[in-house]
Amino acid sequence: MPLRSSLAASLALSLLALTPANAADFVIDSKGQHASINFRINHLGFSWIVGRFDKFTGTFAFDEAKPEASKVKVEIDTASVNSNQAERDKHLRSPDFLDVTAFPLATFESTSVTPKGDGKATIAGKLTLHGVTKDVTIETESIGGGADPWGGFRHGFSGKTTLALADFGIKKDLGPASKTVELTLEVEGVKQ
Amino acid sequence: MVLVRDTSTGYGVVTRLFHWIMAVAIFALFGLGYWMVGLDYYSPYYTSAPDLHRSAGMVLLVGFVIRWGWRLVNTDPGDDELTRFERVASRIVQKGFYPLILAMLVSGYFISTSDGKGIDVFGIVTVPSVTESKPIGLWAGYIHKVLAYMTMAIAGVHTAAALKHHFVDRSQILKRMWSGPPKS
Repeated sequence: MPLRSSLAASLALSLLALTPANAADFVIDSKGQHASINFRINHLGFSWIVGRFDKFTGTFAFDEAKPEASKVKVEIDTASVNSNQAERDKHLRSPDFLDVTAFPLATFESTSVTPKGDGKATIAGKLTLHGVTKDVTIETESIGGGADPWGGFRHGFSGKTTLALADFGIKKDLGPASKTVELTLEVEGVKQ
Repeated sequence: MVLVRDTSTGYGVVTRLFHWIMAVAIFALFGLGYWMVGLDYYSPYYTSAPDLHRSAGMVLLVGFVIRWGWRLVNTDPGDDELTRFERVASRIVQKGFYPLILAMLVSGYFISTSDGKGIDVFGIVTVPSVTESKPIGLWAGYIHKVLAYMTMAIAGVHTAAALKHHFVDRSQILKRMWSGPPKS
């Protein structure tokens, strides 16, 4: 019977999916926003402007016993850029910067994870921003993990990287102090 | 005696002042806006030009609401000398200007206030923000730009028509907006 066999097939598939994967799959808790993608860029050499991307989703695979097998993938809605100043956000969305109409998504996908001990690791991966894909490395640190009070299991990390705007084809000149932007990633994943 | 209100033959002084001052202001704000969005970050006018644009825009918004109210309580002078097509077209253009320009002004207001912060008007008063809304912020800039170009396009049609009535038809239509109803 087709129905029965397809049921059996899907059951078998889900069992397969449940069989011990070495790396656990986590969904980044952007729904509960125990995660943020933050940036800061210097203003004229006088101060730091801090902003973030309000909307993003992501997943990662992480097994404490095999951190080098970790993987991470994040998708960012570029139009959700938020520097807490409406006119500046409009400018950041414009073709001068993120050009969100042409490039509505920024993505990061890891290619390798190099553990450095003590919960620290270097994640290498491909970042696509403003339509340009570049290799970037993110220095990460495990903050903590374990059972949460609501029956789930979570693990959280911090990450840091610095990007040169020109590398991603963002040519607007903000002055010598503002050629690069620092990204700080705070990520908590819920085990699926 | 200065004619204040509009009559069936022409416009009073209030309507004429509203018309010409706002015509100049709207063209000036369009030019200022067009110029300022292309300014380099290190231009000395990078902050002062938008300040002036926002401030003047808010004054214009208040004036425009009063003008629309004034229009509604005044008679429209006759346009019997126009052809049927011209009459319909001129009414669409003239009446269409009101919602169009109001929407343009309001969309500009939302560009600056969608983060919940008000607009400082010439350092004298602050027009408060009415809503903090990301979706409004996402659309306000685009809408403002489209409506600004539409206003300029329709102003072009309006100007061309006025010149045609004046130079080709030799009618009083342009003159009565400048110097009031024809003296009889």
